[in-house]
Amino acid sequence: MQDTLAHLKRGEKGIITDVSSIHIPLKLLEMGCLPGNSVQLVQLAPFQDPMYLNINGTHLAIRKETASHVLIEKIADE
Amino acid sequence: MSKQINVALIGNPNTGKTSVFNALTGLNQKVGNYPGITVEKKEGICKLPRGVKAHIIDLPGTYSLNASSLDENVVIELLLNKNDKDFPDIAVVVSDVENLKRNLLLFTQIKDLEIPTLLVINMSDRMLYKGISLDIAYLEEHLQTKIALISTRKNEGIDHLKNLISNFKDMSVVPCLSASEIDQDYFDSLRKAFPNQLLYKLWLVITQDVNFGKTDRNQIEAVANFKTKSKGDLKRLQQKETIKRYQFINNVLKKGQTIDVSQAKDLRSKLDRILTHKVWGYAIFFVVLLTIFQAIYDWSSVPMDFIDTVFASLSEWAKNMLPGGAFTNLLAEGIIPGLGGIVIFIPQIAFLFLFIAVLEESGYMSRVVFLMDRVMRRFGLSGKSVVPLISGTACAIPAIMATRNIESWKERLITILVTPFTTCSARLPVYLIIISLVIPEGRFLGLGYQALTLMLLYLIGFGTAVVSAYILNKILKIKSKTFFVVEMPNYKLPMFKNVALTVIEKTKSFIFGAGKIILAISIVLWFLASYGPGDKFDNAEAIVKSEYRTQHLSKEELQQKIASHKLEHSFIGITGRAIEPAIRPLGYDWKIGIALISSFAAREVFVGTLATIYSVGSDEEETIKNRMAGEVNHILGGPLFTFASGISLLLFYAFAMQCMSTLAIVKRETNSWKWPVLQLVIMTVFAYIVALIAFQFLK
Repeated sequence: MQDTLAHLKRGEKGIITDVSSIHIPLKLLEMGCLPGNSVQLVQLAPFQDPMYLNINGTHLAIRKETASHVLIEKIADE
Repeated sequence: MSKQINVALIGNPNTGKTSVFNALTGLNQKVGNYPGITVEKKEGICKLPRGVKAHIIDLPGTYSLNASSLDENVVIELLLNKNDKDFPDIAVVVSDVENLKRNLLLFTQIKDLEIPTLLVINMSDRMLYKGISLDIAYLEEHLQTKIALISTRKNEGIDHLKNLISNFKDMSVVPCLSASEIDQDYFDSLRKAFPNQLLYKLWLVITQDVNFGKTDRNQIEAVANFKTKSKGDLKRLQQKETIKRYQFINNVLKKGQTIDVSQAKDLRSKLDRILTHKVWGYAIFFVVLLTIFQAIYDWSSVPMDFIDTVFASLSEWAKNMLPGGAFTNLLAEGIIPGLGGIVIFIPQIAFLFLFIAVLEESGYMSRVVFLMDRVMRRFGLSGKSVVPLISGTACAIPAIMATRNIESWKERLITILVTPFTTCSARLPVYLIIISLVIPEGRFLGLGYQALTLMLLYLIGFGTAVVSAYILNKILKIKSKTFFVVEMPNYKLPMFKNVALTVIEKTKSFIFGAGKIILAISIVLWFLASYGPGDKFDNAEAIVKSEYRTQHLSKEELQQKIASHKLEHSFIGITGRAIEPAIRPLGYDWKIGIALISSFAAREVFVGTLATIYSVGSDEEETIKNRMAGEVNHILGGPLFTFASGISLLLFYAFAMQCMSTLAIVKRETNSWKWPVLQLVIMTVFAYIVALIAFQFLK
């Protein structure tokens, strides 16, 4: 199964691969959530939701539901 | 026309756009509303070189020209309407040096509208700290613009910016990237159908979701030789546009910007580790709230006591020094106590807005949104509801306006409906005076009993808001898509100038907005209390004298009896008497009844009303509080303000919907009378029942 943003654990990084789902708000793309950009999970709120992400230098929080529509490829931390 | 030029400040939230506005205009600014909607309109005047004046509008922060809220809509509406009197001669896009890439998205869109556009890169003081360097000449060439690199914090580059603005006629209006590249065929057909229109403007009109420009869109769709696209297709094109713009920006920044990561110091992650921590995050938030309440109650009591005393002696002075007559009475018993009832608010309101401004400016508020979202969602609210609920402690009106950035209509509606339960500053004076009458002094763990009671009232307000949200969430059958995207800005030390201006502005608008109502009601009340119909009022002196003929009363006692007889038979006394049966079970007498009636216009009138009522007919200098403490319950005997009636009154004010302005805002924001009417009825009935139970149980 393809990994999504929702699968990231704290501190893990990934590369965004696909954002074409209709459930992703345009605003998220405008904030820089685009294919090819790197993403890191900075912090999780209690109950694992919402997620505090660093997408290519932009820091933002989104809900897990939205995150589960953004496809990514995990990358190992150096 | 004058030589004044129109300048629009546009930019993402958290870029220091307001700091730029403050740096340009200083105190030459005013805040109003856009006609018909309640979005704040900030405008100001700035003197430019060579005697030119600029009229500057600070537009609401937005990430792009695709509006998802009313606030953002204002930006588009202005930029698309060439006939608007505020249509900018020059658009100034404010960006911050650390988020240049994201900020440029909006910039390229505005350029596409062929408006002269200037780029301000703010926070240049952070460049060294973050290891960023910029090739300004390269950026200017490829973005087809002029750039002002400034630091509002250090006050650098402002003159250069003013100079660039005054030379707006030399600015290029060539877009740096045209949206038509995303679908040539589609845009060609658009061009053919509307040869006289700007392409990007057409595109924006077609794609906006918000209830804006409906007629414009219908006009476009009515033209026969133009093939329309489905919603899904349009959304895909919007995604494509965004990707295209970012590709362009990335290419430009590849050469125009270098970031040496090894130079960057990372304060953010250290602070975030604590402030968004599962345990510490909440603990710190609680401490912050506690500090705010301590400040409002304890720290502001010193200036408030001072104000109270000053107005009491002022009133006394007016009475003794001015010639007697109706005008002096109006001044000493109506206007001065009425004014005092307004001025006494200032310390608390200033404190509250000070804290809110600092929390917003520092970036901490977003962390609270992040921490609270999951908890709030359980009650049908959003993490973003926290900001309105906290602002609601100042005033429900800006709080309800602050719900605009909640994207889901259901979450937003619930937030609007429950916000009036939070303890607004207008309830504060009522709480303060009653608490000081019925709650004993003394300390528990260093916190006063009285401060703790106040804290408890805030918690009750907040708790009721949350519980009613939970119920509403179960009852309301509204389906709406929810999404939640919150930027987590960098931590910043709040700028003194910004905080000070916010505090001054908000306090001023409260004093003049609410103050007018309070003063007017005070004067009307004085009149109603000083005059009455019929014999019983006119012949008060004779009636009282004959009634107490057999007793040997001193002159003062007799005067007192006459005054209270007059008050009882004045217009206001008669009204109060009429409603007394309804409020007697709550432990109130007709005087409190009058205060209740008048505070349906605005709660803060309560104290002013009592001040007016109690100072009528008395020559002695006494502060309102002492006078209230001496009131006797004429039915049950004993003091009127007991623990039971005090608590009952506190609870009534905690729950009742007593604010016409809030109802008006709710009507405007929900676009229907249904919600404000429901709010008024349910909240007030609930308040009556709770106060009734409390009094009957405690008496």
